[in-house]
Amino acid sequence: MSVTIDKPSDADAASPRTPARAGGWRRPRRSVTPSVSEDERRGLLRYPFLIVVVLLSAFPVYWTFMIPSRTNDVVGQTPPPLLPGGHFLENARRVFDTVEFEKALINSLVVAGSITLCTLFFCSLAGFAFAKLRFRGRGALLAIVIATMMVPVQLGIIPLYIEMQKFGWANHLIAVIAPTAVTAFGVVFMRQYTEQAIPDELLEAGRMDGCSTFGLYWHVVLPGLRPAMAVLGLLTFMQAWNDFMWPLIVLSPQNPTVQVALSTLSAGYYRDNTLVLGGTALGTLPVLLIFAVFGRQIISGIMEGAVKG
Amino acid sequence: MTITAPPASGLDASPPRPTRRPRAVRSAIRRVTGVTAPYGFVAPFFMIFIVFGLFPMAYTFWVSLTDRDLLRPDDAKMIGLRNYTDLLHDEFFWNAVKNTFELMLLCTVPQLALALIMAHILNARLRGRMLFRMGVLLPNITSIVAVTIVFGQLFSRDFGLFNWLLGLVGVGNVNWQAGEWSSKIAIAMMVVWRWTGYNALIYLAAMQAIPKEQFEAAAIDGAGTWRQLWHVTLPALRPTIAFTALVSLIGQIQLFTEPLLFDISPGSVSGGTDRQFQTLALFLYEEGFRLRHFGYGSAVAWLMFLLTVILAAFAYFLTRGGARIRGGPGTRHSGRRGRRRPPPGGSAGQPAGRPTGEAVAQSAGEAAGPPAAAAASPAPAPAPTPGPAPASANDDSGPGGSS
Repeated sequence: MSVTIDKPSDADAASPRTPARAGGWRRPRRSVTPSVSEDERRGLLRYPFLIVVVLLSAFPVYWTFMIPSRTNDVVGQTPPPLLPGGHFLENARRVFDTVEFEKALINSLVVAGSITLCTLFFCSLAGFAFAKLRFRGRGALLAIVIATMMVPVQLGIIPLYIEMQKFGWANHLIAVIAPTAVTAFGVVFMRQYTEQAIPDELLEAGRMDGCSTFGLYWHVVLPGLRPAMAVLGLLTFMQAWNDFMWPLIVLSPQNPTVQVALSTLSAGYYRDNTLVLGGTALGTLPVLLIFAVFGRQIISGIMEGAVKG
Repeated sequence: MTITAPPASGLDASPPRPTRRPRAVRSAIRRVTGVTAPYGFVAPFFMIFIVFGLFPMAYTFWVSLTDRDLLRPDDAKMIGLRNYTDLLHDEFFWNAVKNTFELMLLCTVPQLALALIMAHILNARLRGRMLFRMGVLLPNITSIVAVTIVFGQLFSRDFGLFNWLLGLVGVGNVNWQAGEWSSKIAIAMMVVWRWTGYNALIYLAAMQAIPKEQFEAAAIDGAGTWRQLWHVTLPALRPTIAFTALVSLIGQIQLFTEPLLFDISPGSVSGGTDRQFQTLALFLYEEGFRLRHFGYGSAVAWLMFLLTVILAAFAYFLTRGGARIRGGPGTRHSGRRGRRRPPPGGSAGQPAGRPTGEAVAQSAGEAAGPPAAAAASPAPAPAPTPGPAPASANDDSGPGGSS
């Protein structure tokens, strides 16, 4: 600790003086050069390290797809098989025969799709209001939105469940969709982006052209938000697709989402690995495809969210 | 909208048509809709949050004071704090508390340490940078259910890959699920696997905001890459690390899916035969939804909430205390800025107000902000870093590896 305090203050003491600065100009050339070659030397270690990390990251995913391509006999052998075989479709078919997987896929698609659409619409609307409109209590309301991000609302699941029963929504998809139809994160994310991406002049011009406030949102703001919408949409969709605890509680095994169906599949008395992992592979495939196509946007979304906020 | 725009200037205004409303009325309507529209725009969030977030949270406390259960859903008797006093004498509850804290340590510490190292190595000129980043993030996009199922297979006693690998080095078959520690290590590995890369990207983003001059200055002083990590990167990343640690810890309190599905006995929600890996969230699920003790389960939920608040407050004071020591006299922000500025000014020989230096100082100040926001609200909100928050805010898949 004390070292970290000393370090900057040393630099602090040195910096105001011109001689030190002049020296600082010259010295880099001498001492940076070795550090560059050192950099190259390290580069040789850097790539193997990263490759190992990526392999470790990818391995369980590979396993998810490899196991169901074999038969149970082979999977049960003591050196487990490491290469894929040709039984994937056969095991996939068994998944559909064992649980309501078709329904689960459709349900998950409906749930994740609706949540994504609602989130995009409501969050961009609220984000626009917080970023560009002046109204009384704006600061306080925004502070509340931000504060809610860390409230562990999932701890209210028991009353939430009672509430859903009262609404008559238990075991209906709406019970999964409604609670996450708009998120604080989405609102803050959209506010941030709107503030930067939509120039005030554009809004002024829209006003001059006679847009109502909603018209401004629809015709001026929305088209400008496309990149942010893509990122938020992808993150929301994957989130909703992977959600488990609440759907498990509020939906029945006869009307499941993919994740709930998978948990049913894995909870059998005899654990049929090729079957269970076959279902897992099928349930993972959609997000994997999304990630393969839009990985760049997802990563930039996460990293930008981390810095700017 | 029936309102049309008033012409920009009076000059080119066409004579008002008879169908048009007089200007005063029009602007009055505009004023009213203009005033109410913003509230309408932000209303959906607040409505949803109140109905499905705030109200259930508050109602949890009410339910926790009753003996409500499924048999008598509407006929609940007030029993005061008896659920709480019962809980404090419930050994299963304390077992869950202990397991949750042990898993918290096992998950958070390696995850964040590894993430820092990964971010440090990713933070260089690399070929195929995007490919590496995607590879690192890959675990995070898979669902926790999938992760747990796959790892459950990898950890299985007889056919598992891990036991086969251990067998190669002469270790006999480990019954991962059965052991007090082996089961927790297995669960921690799932969490670490899923979240390390995500946190590495968060750190990477924060590292890229550190001015290059600081590293150059350190290099001039003869610091190698790992000393740079220790003396330049770590101090600058302090707020980010505090934030990710907090998010991860809060996520661990809600650890649910892994212990639920790692259990191989079908239909079991006890977290292993001896409850060796039952977490608080799983205990809540067992009481609330398996045994249908709504009141008792709500008491568990409320205690978990208190735990979260205490943890967040603790993290806040820890980071603030640290900042005060570092910053010396003066406010936290100015202390940080003072500490950050010299290197760029010193090495580049330019006034400290350079755009980049300024921006970074600003972002450092902002990043230092979250704990302040956290303290202000009962349920803390490390605000300006929403990146990692989405998951934790929405549902049970909080970054840091909840389920």
